[in-house]
Amino acid sequence: MPYLVLGGIALAIAGGLYASGLGADILRYRKDIVYLVKQHLVLVGISGACAIVAGVGIGVGLSRPAMARWAEGAIQAVNMVTSIPTLAKLALMMTLLGIGALPAIVGLWIATLLPIIRNTYEGIRAVPAHLVDAARAMGMGSGEILRRVELPNALFVIFAGVRTAMAVNVGTAPIAFLIGGGGLGELIFTGIDLQEHGMMLAGAIPTALLAVVVDFLFGQAQYWLVPRGVNPLRNS
Amino acid sequence: MIRLEALTRVYATPQGPVTAVDRVSLAVGDGETCVLLGPSGCGKTTTLRMINRLVRPSSGKIFIGGRDTDAVDPVALRRGIGYVIQQIGLFPNMTVAENIGVVPRLLGWAPARRRRRAEELLALLALEPARFLDRYPNELSGGQAQRVGVARALAVDPPVLLMDEPFAALDPVNREAIQDEFLRMQRTLRKTILFVSHDIDEAVKMADRIAIFRAGQLVQFATPDTVLAHPADDFVAGFVGSDRTLKRLRLIRVRDVMTPAGAGDALAAGPALAPDDDLRRAAALFLELGGDALRCVDPGGRVVGCVTRAAVAARLGGRDAAQAGAP
Repeated sequence: MPYLVLGGIALAIAGGLYASGLGADILRYRKDIVYLVKQHLVLVGISGACAIVAGVGIGVGLSRPAMARWAEGAIQAVNMVTSIPTLAKLALMMTLLGIGALPAIVGLWIATLLPIIRNTYEGIRAVPAHLVDAARAMGMGSGEILRRVELPNALFVIFAGVRTAMAVNVGTAPIAFLIGGGGLGELIFTGIDLQEHGMMLAGAIPTALLAVVVDFLFGQAQYWLVPRGVNPLRNS
Repeated sequence: MIRLEALTRVYATPQGPVTAVDRVSLAVGDGETCVLLGPSGCGKTTTLRMINRLVRPSSGKIFIGGRDTDAVDPVALRRGIGYVIQQIGLFPNMTVAENIGVVPRLLGWAPARRRRRAEELLALLALEPARFLDRYPNELSGGQAQRVGVARALAVDPPVLLMDEPFAALDPVNREAIQDEFLRMQRTLRKTILFVSHDIDEAVKMADRIAIFRAGQLVQFATPDTVLAHPADDFVAGFVGSDRTLKRLRLIRVRDVMTPAGAGDALAAGPALAPDDDLRRAAALFLELGGDALRCVDPGGRVVGCVTRAAVAARLGGRDAAQAGAP
């Protein structure tokens, strides 16, 4: 239903653009759009995928009993790093790694990593102790308890973290242009500088679409991959 | 058979060591239900959790079926012991069938066999398999969930069940029902059960033997009737309550105090007892009717004997009689 509404709004905008002649302006940048979308997807894809893998891994690691002494401190540190504005993070990365795609990817990775770590850790910690106790009493080892009890029961919260993180990622990716990372930011920022609305929209519209599509995909994954018994979206 | 020998657990606390379980020794025979009874913090749950090694004993031995459990890998040991807890602990991410299939899956059973076993167990616990197999725990009532919890503990037919206040969270009506079902099942399954409870009525109902704990020590280990008739000390007497004689009534059958046929013939018609009734009904009828004797009739309505007030009093009061009645 929300996606139908979005589709309607998109159609209305497309119609408006066509009628005002801006549509033709935008289409002049077709080649740039294709090239930059690919670059953009590389930034988002690599930083996002690495962040999911590393974030879930670190979150799980922090939730282990052996880490209990350091976990809270580490999460506090994560929260502090999260509060640094993303633009500042990118600037810091540029200082450390120079300009280009690498510092952009690392900067996006860090911005994306943190909500995933936090939600994985908190999600696993929120699994009731008596479930873990029952699992152990039934003869599950620590690995089995993690795979069959802790992760499935934390999955909804982990997915919520991933969705938030990817929204941040997709929303920040255009800024990568400012440190030489390329991507659709090139059209947006150049368009703003030149007061060239067609160019600006040629970057902005695909960025917006990407955000909607990414959120839709992760929303669907959350809906279908989280077991029904622990999925508030599917408990009618 | 389960045998505990001088089982002890000491916890280190900032205030110094605390002995949660203090040299507890007891033996539970095959097919028997032993209720560990006591106020909270008395060590009964810790004792239970040492048997499947969720808690490691500080000293002492546990033998299951003659085998020293120290020599068994804890994970293998736990897979062979059914475990039921008050919070039920069904995994909310798994269906009922998957929950029941947890231990079978750990033991490598094929999916079809796991499902068949889940069907069997649901039927045994009076839950219609077709309706419940694919439900999730959040779609069950409390009583249904605890039935599934019991089914899950029985999945691989372990000879030993550990139950930690399994029915304490249920409402009284449901609790009675599931206790009755469990007793009926236990008559055929003959599991060796250790059952933690803080409820004397539940203990009297479920137990072959009651182990009463106080501050980590076993203060009395005896049949329910003996515990009620002869509490070992003031603590046990206080714990079982001043109405312990009334509680004993449910443990004694009419047939045990009945004077056989002939004597009842002369009694007037009116409400009668059945030989399998317990003495609660006899006591109720004595109070209601005010007589000194009641007829006992068999299911066919034939008079088979009578129960007198004097016989009931002798059974309840006489020290010798009570001891003779203890198995």
